[in-house]
Amino acid sequence: MSRNAYVSVSPDVAARMIGGEMMVMSVRDSTLFVLNGTAAVLWESFDGTAPLAQIVSRRICAEYDIGEDEAIRDAEALVAQLASRGLLVISESPSAGEVGTNSWRP
Amino acid sequence: MSVATAAGSVSVGIGGLTVRLLCADARFLRLVRNRYAGFTGDWAHADCEFTVDVTTPRLASAESDDLRVEFDAGRWVITRGDFRAEFDSFTRRGRIRQALNPYAIDSILRIVHTLVLAESGEGFLLHSASAVRGGRAFCFAGVSGAGKTTITRLAPPDVTLLTDEISYVRRQSGTYWAFGTPFAGELGVPGDNVKAPLAAVYLLSHAPANRIEPVAPAEAAEALLRNILFFAADHGLVGRVFSAACDAAEAVPVRRLAFVPDARVWELMS
Repeated sequence: MSRNAYVSVSPDVAARMIGGEMMVMSVRDSTLFVLNGTAAVLWESFDGTAPLAQIVSRRICAEYDIGEDEAIRDAEALVAQLASRGLLVISESPSAGEVGTNSWRP
Repeated sequence: MSVATAAGSVSVGIGGLTVRLLCADARFLRLVRNRYAGFTGDWAHADCEFTVDVTTPRLASAESDDLRVEFDAGRWVITRGDFRAEFDSFTRRGRIRQALNPYAIDSILRIVHTLVLAESGEGFLLHSASAVRGGRAFCFAGVSGAGKTTITRLAPPDVTLLTDEISYVRRQSGTYWAFGTPFAGELGVPGDNVKAPLAAVYLLSHAPANRIEPVAPAEAAEALLRNILFFAADHGLVGRVFSAACDAAEAVPVRRLAFVPDARVWELMS
């Protein structure tokens, strides 16, 4: 996966920030993840309109004491894990906002 | 839970939701009246209505024993070896074909309630015991063997049992309530037909000493999701159940209760 990839939240996901942690569930198989700290910050930024490297630079490196290379590696690993479970969608071009609601609401 | 009878029909009310069952077979009506006896229904205001055809066990058992809950062309279709139920989600009317046994109608009622509650987003059935003390309700959740039935057996006389197996939690006017249900576990005794504001949900485990520990909100929501009964593989409703669990976790205290299996545990709920 490229650091210039665009990442958006799958429409088959329900998510809610609760007690400072991001609860993320696949509505297809009810798999549940709890994201905290920088993972939760990244999740909230995944709207498919900015490349991953830019999100990491602006939302993680600028606000946390972490180097860019390390932050990118961690972000790529997170995205790969969640995308493999169908929770995130990776694209080589921006989504223009048509995909990637950050939380499912009835 | 409530039951009211009329010629060829019986109404069963659980959690403020009344299901009217129409049936020409007097044996089925008698079975339902006996199983859900002791509660009063509202005949004029049934929320759901089913026409019930009683089949022979041989015909029914020819189908798969696996439970299936599917949405097709505006109708829920619920099937298992001993029954088939169809339910229009808009008119809330349907048809049941089942053998003459109490387990079929018990399962159908549970599933219909999970669907109606999920559609409303206002509540859920929770795999937990529940009881009322001092005007406040408590749920005790856990896997089989965690102590749900044990804690109900240890309850002092001033405790009202709502269920030892499946709790009914519903939000009304911004307050979460726990209702009595007829769905009994090992105790084999139905709950009382009362409701009370839900004061706490306890996650049970056995321990050498009684103690209560706080549970973080996200962990609380996760625990509720693990214990909510829901059978339909419907993405939209799964999302609603997720939201309902998160709402409840934010509004109702969820705590871990490690307990010694004796009556002193109830001192923590006084």
